[in-house]
Amino acid sequence: MSAGGALSIRQVTKVYDPEGVHVVAVDNCSLEVASGEFLVVVGPSGCGKTTLLNVIAGFEELSEGEIRLDEGPLALPGKQVGPGAERIVVFQNGALFPWKTVLENIAYGPVVQRRMAKNEAQRSARELLRQVGLEGIEESYPAELSSGVQRRVEILRALINEPRVVLLDEPFRGLDAVAKSVMHQFLLDMFERTRCTMYFITHDLDEAIFLADRVVVMTTRPARVKLELSIDLPRPRDHRVLGTERFLKLKQAALEAVHEEALKAFQAGERELA
Amino acid sequence: MAKRWLNRHALRGLVSIVAFVVLWELVVVLKLPYLKFLPLPGQVAASLGQSIASSAYWQDWELSLGRILVGFLAAQALGITLGLAMGISRTARRFVFPIFEVLRPIPPIAWIPLAIIFWPTTSLTIYFLVFTGSFFIVALNVLDGVKSVDQSLVRAAYSLGAKPRDVFWRIMLPATLPYVLTGATVGMGVTWNVLIAAEMVTSAGQSGLGGMTWAAYTNGVLPVIVVGMLSIGVAGYLSSALIRFLGERFMPWRRRI
Repeated sequence: MSAGGALSIRQVTKVYDPEGVHVVAVDNCSLEVASGEFLVVVGPSGCGKTTLLNVIAGFEELSEGEIRLDEGPLALPGKQVGPGAERIVVFQNGALFPWKTVLENIAYGPVVQRRMAKNEAQRSARELLRQVGLEGIEESYPAELSSGVQRRVEILRALINEPRVVLLDEPFRGLDAVAKSVMHQFLLDMFERTRCTMYFITHDLDEAIFLADRVVVMTTRPARVKLELSIDLPRPRDHRVLGTERFLKLKQAALEAVHEEALKAFQAGERELA
Repeated sequence: MAKRWLNRHALRGLVSIVAFVVLWELVVVLKLPYLKFLPLPGQVAASLGQSIASSAYWQDWELSLGRILVGFLAAQALGITLGLAMGISRTARRFVFPIFEVLRPIPPIAWIPLAIIFWPTTSLTIYFLVFTGSFFIVALNVLDGVKSVDQSLVRAAYSLGAKPRDVFWRIMLPATLPYVLTGATVGMGVTWNVLIAAEMVTSAGQSGLGGMTWAAYTNGVLPVIVVGMLSIGVAGYLSSALIRFLGERFMPWRRRI
């Protein structure tokens, strides 16, 4: 499979201006994601981390700064490369097409890009499902599957396109602890196998440290990088790493930064309400 | 187990129908005030037998069904198109919606006098009325459908490399389909209301199930009135069942849930 892409976010600012209300969602934020790196972005809810992801994905335009993927410009002020299959988004609440079967969902990308014929795409979708031990659900509709299986299918739907970056916006939110840990293992397996760059948003610190090569803690709105933590836990990892001293130390460091920002967000919220 | 459960329900349905007929018979036999002119169930059954054997009765069916088909399909075609246009283009919505807001609250039956004056033939008049009966409902449902398409599905499609055309045909349309079905179901109910009223008012000789019922009234043939009513009920039921069937056929992902 293709190697991951390097993502370069340079002094990006995103200002919303709906009817004169000036809201700075992202403020002069710079961040480098290396090729094949698993980056996890952590920050309080509503801090602007999803906004930044939407700009990278091409759903929204930035106000200042620039974003590059492998030196090709993705976004400059007023000049935005629209969404594309080299940086696929996996959404918070799941976005499988309810009217398509599992097979049709996974095959959607290659078919819609006219990269493969339908038969061929479905054949490789079938093969992908077999490789991850999910045979037997090919003809099911998403609503017939558990949410854990849905998320796995959605990740496969992204990976079949061999994207350079996968943008994951709190993809495991709302799953129970057991399903979540299955998903973590699945995602790490996929990461080992494809080595495509992962840009993963969450506010679950255990999840962040367990998955990441590097954790970035964002400030509360407007979003900026507050802290970068290099996660030097050896790979491949499994759940046992969660109890190690190194893990707890990293978590402590992240927790302090997040706590500080959460407190600020809380006070800002109170100010807004007052 | 499932079969017994089904049988018990079928049995209850049968009991309720039998009880209804017995009550009906009693009401007439006991000459309850106001209800004594009601024909006996037996008389209605006999009259139904005669009707089924006559070709005029089936011509009325044909006429009514044909009118529903033309008016309803036209309403679907135009309503879906306009609903989609309004949903996708803000400009279209701003042009069309105000007219909608004025015309929509007018009950379709209130269009009857104007329709009779405007359209040269009875058939055209009735097509138009049937069309008016469901057009607004269909268009507004589709508009609602387009507006409630889950934006993360649209974004997911773009992210996977879809072009706006693909998003329209492969995402917008299937996502709107359940709303089309709702529009069709509600619209079909209204359509039969309007059709029967229109046929009764414009009645001239051969004029469908509504006209047949009204003619029976003017001729004082009471059992035929009831036959007409029952026929209209069956026709309405069959139309709704057909729409339900088509809905399941075209939306298999909803059937299996």
